[in-house]
Amino acid sequence: MISLTSCLLASLICIPLASLIHFNRFRGKRFLVSLIQTFYSVPTVAVGLFVFVFISRAGPLGGLGILFTPAAIVVGQVILITPILLGLTISALNSVDRTILDTARSLGASGLQMAVLVIKEARFAVMAAVIMGFGRAISEVGISLMIGGNIRGFTRVITTAISLETSKGELELSIALGIILIFIALMVNFVLNRIQQR
Amino acid sequence: MPLIEVVDLHQKYGERDILKNINLRVDRGEAFALIGPTGAGKTTLLRLIDLLDLPTSGSIYFDGIDVTGLRRMRLEVRRRMAFVLQKPVVFNTSVYSNIAYGLRWRGARESSIREKVSNILELVDLLAYKNRNARTLSGGEAQRVAIGRAIVSEPEVLLLDEPTANLDPISTSKIEELIANIIHRYDTTIIMATHDMSQGQRLANRIGVLINGEILQTGVQRDIFSFPRNREVAEFVGVENIIDGVIVSSQDKIVTIDIGGGVIEAISDYAIGEEVCACVRPEDITLALSTVSSSARNSFIGEITRVVSLGPLSRIEIDCGFPLIVLVTRRSAEELNLARTKKVYATFKATGVHIIRRGK
Repeated sequence: MISLTSCLLASLICIPLASLIHFNRFRGKRFLVSLIQTFYSVPTVAVGLFVFVFISRAGPLGGLGILFTPAAIVVGQVILITPILLGLTISALNSVDRTILDTARSLGASGLQMAVLVIKEARFAVMAAVIMGFGRAISEVGISLMIGGNIRGFTRVITTAISLETSKGELELSIALGIILIFIALMVNFVLNRIQQR
Repeated sequence: MPLIEVVDLHQKYGERDILKNINLRVDRGEAFALIGPTGAGKTTLLRLIDLLDLPTSGSIYFDGIDVTGLRRMRLEVRRRMAFVLQKPVVFNTSVYSNIAYGLRWRGARESSIREKVSNILELVDLLAYKNRNARTLSGGEAQRVAIGRAIVSEPEVLLLDEPTANLDPISTSKIEELIANIIHRYDTTIIMATHDMSQGQRLANRIGVLINGEILQTGVQRDIFSFPRNREVAEFVGVENIIDGVIVSSQDKIVTIDIGGGVIEAISDYAIGEEVCACVRPEDITLALSTVSSSARNSFIGEITRVVSLGPLSRIEIDCGFPLIVLVTRRSAEELNLARTKKVYATFKATGVHIIRRGK
């Protein structure tokens, strides 16, 4: 659930932002895109640490009191997968034929209408970006552990549970949880694929 | 007042001049063809007229208003036009939705969209494909979707860029029929670019010849095809015999041109001593095996050097001391038994010769 929320939130931020970056020409655009691509492989613990510093009691956002809550994990995961979603969406939009843009413009599309059309045309690749983002969110441990706190029944997610049970020596439980995790990922991908084929 | 007027338009890409000094007026309801070889700048000019690009200098007037620099008005003006690009791209959705796009973007009501799109589907003969994904259509069908999508919003100006490029002959004639239908049925002003001069002849009532970024001549078909203004236009519109010479005598507008090894008589106002080219269309020359007495003033004997069959016509190359190219029907080529090394008489009238002054 947490990963789904993160993925959804990140998509809501990234798809419009990606179109904004894609459709506007500005200085340093290429640099920005390569910066985004660099952050594809940012370590989860680094994001965890970064968010921890911000939302811990003494941090600038400490007043929110969200450390060790599911909300904190969502924030962390959104930050984690934003580069992937943003970068892959931008390249998805890039892959749309330029003549599609010219055609749309010549048919009287405004800037916004054109952006919507291009996202629709690139929908398969955009969906692939979302699936990638979800995959990274559901598989990470570092953030959930560091800023979720792995509190039983509250912020304990499957990955943190696996890590805990394994260190306790409960291998059977860990393996079972692992299988469940793979199964969930499979289900989500299956659903997204169905949407894609529509 | 012309609907579209282009004044002193220049377009540069880097150091290269794509368009030079373009002046053009197209009236409401006119079908104007821009003909010229590939790479002459036809697409660039259409894109500028549709306000897709900004010109380096010059102005474009739409309905009397200079719309070149007005950023805010561009969308509004563009919505009164439609442009079918050379490469027909369809959006990855149904044929119906493809055609409906322009109307949706203009905020039309769903009921009126349904009605208009159905009418257009009928016009472009794709009613049966309504719900098919447009990506699965053939080239000709996709082009029909593109044209339908453009005209559904009832544009005042329809711009067509090589509407039949890369299509087979049957699809081509279908598209041409459709365009003729649109011209006939709607009050649309049409500007089309084509490298196929006969297509320009078939569809347009006025033609502009664009070569190397310059409009060299505009006029009605007859003017362009029979009286090209200079050598480039003559070559492009299919005048295959362009013979250099000097006017040596002139009497009652009948001039004699010395072409070095013979003389050609023609009708012209040019004075004695003028350096000219004599243009003779290959289809205006008749061939015979013996001298025939006729009113035609120019007759040359020559030896056939090559015979090429062009389907219903045959193209005969003759050496009369100067090369001459003649088009005859395949039937008469067979009757006269035309073949290499055979001697023939080539005859053409003085009125069949068009004179162009050289040097310019």
